[in-house]
Amino acid sequence: MKKELIQLIDISKSFDGQMVLDELNLHIHENEFVTLLGPSGCGKTTTLRILGGFTSPDKGRVVFDGQDITQIPPNKRQLNTVFQKYALFTHMTIAENIAFGLKIKKKSKSYIDDKIRYALKLVNLDGYENRMPDSLSGGQQQRIAIARAIVNEPKVLLLDEPLGALDLKLRQEMQYELIRMKNELGITFVYVTHDQEEALTMSDTIVVMNQGYIQQIGSPESIYNEPENAFVADFIGESNIIPATMIEDKLVSILGTRFACVDTGFGNNRPVDVVIRPEDVILVEPSEGIIQGVVSHLIFKGVHYEMEVQACGFEWLVHSTTLFPVGKEVGIRVDPFNIQIMNKPESEDEEAVIIDI
Amino acid sequence: MTSKNKWLSTPYIVWSVVFIIVPLGMILYYGLTDATGAFTLDNITAIASAGHAKALRVSLFLSLVSTLVCFLLAYPLAMILARVQMKRHNFIILIFILPMWMNFLLRTLAWQTLLEKNGVINHVLTFLHLPTLKIINTPAAIVLGMVYNFLPFMVLPLYNSLAKIDINVINAARDLGANQFYTFIRIILPLSVPGIISGITMVFIPALTTFVISALLGGGKLLLIGDVIEQEFTRTSNWHLGSGLSMVLMIFIVINMILSAIFDKDGEGSML
Repeated sequence: MKKELIQLIDISKSFDGQMVLDELNLHIHENEFVTLLGPSGCGKTTTLRILGGFTSPDKGRVVFDGQDITQIPPNKRQLNTVFQKYALFTHMTIAENIAFGLKIKKKSKSYIDDKIRYALKLVNLDGYENRMPDSLSGGQQQRIAIARAIVNEPKVLLLDEPLGALDLKLRQEMQYELIRMKNELGITFVYVTHDQEEALTMSDTIVVMNQGYIQQIGSPESIYNEPENAFVADFIGESNIIPATMIEDKLVSILGTRFACVDTGFGNNRPVDVVIRPEDVILVEPSEGIIQGVVSHLIFKGVHYEMEVQACGFEWLVHSTTLFPVGKEVGIRVDPFNIQIMNKPESEDEEAVIIDI
Repeated sequence: MTSKNKWLSTPYIVWSVVFIIVPLGMILYYGLTDATGAFTLDNITAIASAGHAKALRVSLFLSLVSTLVCFLLAYPLAMILARVQMKRHNFIILIFILPMWMNFLLRTLAWQTLLEKNGVINHVLTFLHLPTLKIINTPAAIVLGMVYNFLPFMVLPLYNSLAKIDINVINAARDLGANQFYTFIRIILPLSVPGIISGITMVFIPALTTFVISALLGGGKLLLIGDVIEQEFTRTSNWHLGSGLSMVLMIFIVINMILSAIFDKDGEGSML
């Protein structure tokens, strides 16, 4: 396990009486790509701002490399931020923008010039030294903002939805660039986004947040495959969240039909929720299925077909490369390891978000 | 624009021809002729005469001082305003603009009443057994009058340009290691230059050309170039000299306008 670099301990913060973060605890390791993921207002940006030193927590401590930095102003912290709307200094050239932090540190001219060249090469913008920020496209400006931050050799780079303003194609390119930079530089990235795909693509660790609480921390695979509650299941990808009863270990009753599963330790005859990803619902001939239903909707999505199947009084969302036309009777099967059992929500923030599809 | 819509500007074109273009032409004519109607530059070179040169020097000096005082008062205020929450800041701005809605002459007369030897302020000071104020009919009173009247014209352009600065640009400077002072010098001040230039223009020009403030608060003892021109028109009835001196004053105004056009590309001052 890598060394712990940042610890957020019991952080609470409220604005105008509105609780934004409630006793948040988070540990971040060296050279880790951590993504804070959640809907707007979940507290992810506030967490980042507390890390950067732009907001101070009402309660709790920020520990960086073993040192309490809660009260230290942003200019004395060994981390740099890439802001959502670039925040470049429009009255300075690209070179002056990048040199800003280094000049404050009183580095020599040759050192600064080398650094500018190196940083521009890293973000694939060689030769842009004397351009003004306004003459660059959004994607280029964002890369300059990254260059401006990394020349200071921070131990941690904080990124606040840096790709939010870019179009899809550029966003995907930048995702790969960020992963490459993280590997080349060997520094820790703390990345804030509401885009689950972005989080899954880039992160080593995803922290799913909602209403000021951390819902789940884990690798992209574990967050996707084993969501701990309905909120996480629903926020990360599409899913069927079905009320069920855990009959005993490895046996769950879904909509009155018994399914084999792999989860244990939920007790006997306990109400739970199950999550089944749409791509894990297997459509077969009616006779081969565990339960039977009728296809009620069909949309072609490119890679797969998206279907809705009415079965046992529930509308199952199904992704399949095989087409089953509307009105056809089908059987449904689910492999035991694709049934994820979750406890019923204990609080509002663990409930699934309602998204109409 | 269709030719039909162009007709909509006719009233204004007529207005500007009658009340702006024609008077300017008349100033030009009077300024460059003598009483017999012959061409001369005497009216313009008259600025070099001892009395006129002194009036111009005093005017330039007092306007510069007033502009500087306005700037020093307005900048911190504009910085605060630019960062205050929306709901409250409209109210604060209203307070600062409110005096502008009252008649300029009335405001200046009010200051005269306040500052007089037996005026309100001295009554209060005497009552409190404090030494009385003797600033009426001094340059200080003129500067006070100028600052009071023109301060809002400095606040608004500064506020406009400061409010435009993204808070994250300031955060970014801090993030990159700049302390608050360095952030102010390298980021906030340069980014507010358009507002500074507009503010200076909008205070300096009216201050340079005023004659009411000096007449009411200066007691006629100290002649500003505006007073001299006024007197040439109203008392001496020498329109030729008055026009010539006006043209000299216009040169200063044009210089200022050119400067502001160069620096204020965003038109911060155009909001007023």
